[in-house]
Amino acid sequence: MARIIVVTSGKGGVGKTTTSAAIAMGLAKRGHKTAVIDFDVGLRNLDLIMGCERRVVYDFVNVINEEATLNQALIRDKNCNLLYILPASQTRDKDALSQEGVGRVLDELKKDFKYIVCDSPAGIEKGAHLAMYFADDAFVVTNPEVSSVRDSDRMLGLLASKSRRAEQNEEPINEFLLLTRYSPDRVKLGEMLSVDDVQDILSLHLLGVIPESKSVLNASNSGMPVILDEKSDAGQAYADIVARYLGEDRPHRFIDDKKGFFRKLFGG
Amino acid sequence: MSLLDYFRISKVGTASVAKERLQILVAHERSSKNQPSYLPQLQKELLAVIQKYVNVGQDAISVSFEQDEEQETLELNIVLPDQK
Repeated sequence: MARIIVVTSGKGGVGKTTTSAAIAMGLAKRGHKTAVIDFDVGLRNLDLIMGCERRVVYDFVNVINEEATLNQALIRDKNCNLLYILPASQTRDKDALSQEGVGRVLDELKKDFKYIVCDSPAGIEKGAHLAMYFADDAFVVTNPEVSSVRDSDRMLGLLASKSRRAEQNEEPINEFLLLTRYSPDRVKLGEMLSVDDVQDILSLHLLGVIPESKSVLNASNSGMPVILDEKSDAGQAYADIVARYLGEDRPHRFIDDKKGFFRKLFGG
Repeated sequence: MSLLDYFRISKVGTASVAKERLQILVAHERSSKNQPSYLPQLQKELLAVIQKYVNVGQDAISVSFEQDEEQETLELNIVLPDQK
């Protein structure tokens, strides 16, 4: 049975697209046929993070409007043949996505894919609403920062009331916390909210912590999901998250300050 | 923490302030989220009806909604002007 995962946050710039690209690649690398959809109509960017921006011919809106078939629009990833990308349209028409149309495309994808990852736009407008509406699982991407935590709480309220599962009185969406851009040394200094602080407020199941890492920008610069950088801390953190999501029991890493003695002594 | 930090004037981290502010805000927003969406409109229309008969100001009426496990309570409070 296919599962639909929404990657959401409310606030922009917290790492939704980075996370969508990484977990979609992670699921596909582990042998599950996965599609990742960009719901940010007008501000398409997932293609750039996945490194397939020059191969976009048709997009999500073309499929909804039946100007192209799903197979024509899906782009097969260059690194993993079980991963497909459905890019967003660059149209400025806000109403390009319809609930009926999105539902139809998702139903068609469900026949062929194990996981469908929906990369939500920021905000609570139509694109964000439709990205989460059909979801089975929600990855709530949060930074340890006041505005991000507040917006995540708002999104949790919407997931619980404005989704298909809520409207049809089905089992609620499974919600998971992904804490990104985490700096253990700043937490230790009392300068940043800790994992426990954020969990106290949001009371969500923690799927993983992604440390603040240079590898994330390196990955987006080169159009390779950061999970492929297996030596990097962020890449490993995403690999852990995928494993935990698939039911593996992995201890949490990157939460504590692991700096060496000398670096601690002299800072930096 | 670097060695140099030990010589700095001891400062309290701002994370605890952030947590406290968030806890208050989130609790407030969650309680108002459960309110029925018709509440502001209801308040406006009630005020209009009352103003037809009594000369009261904009803030003479307050509507509050409370919810516990057993029941939902809609509380309506109207302050009438002093009789002269």
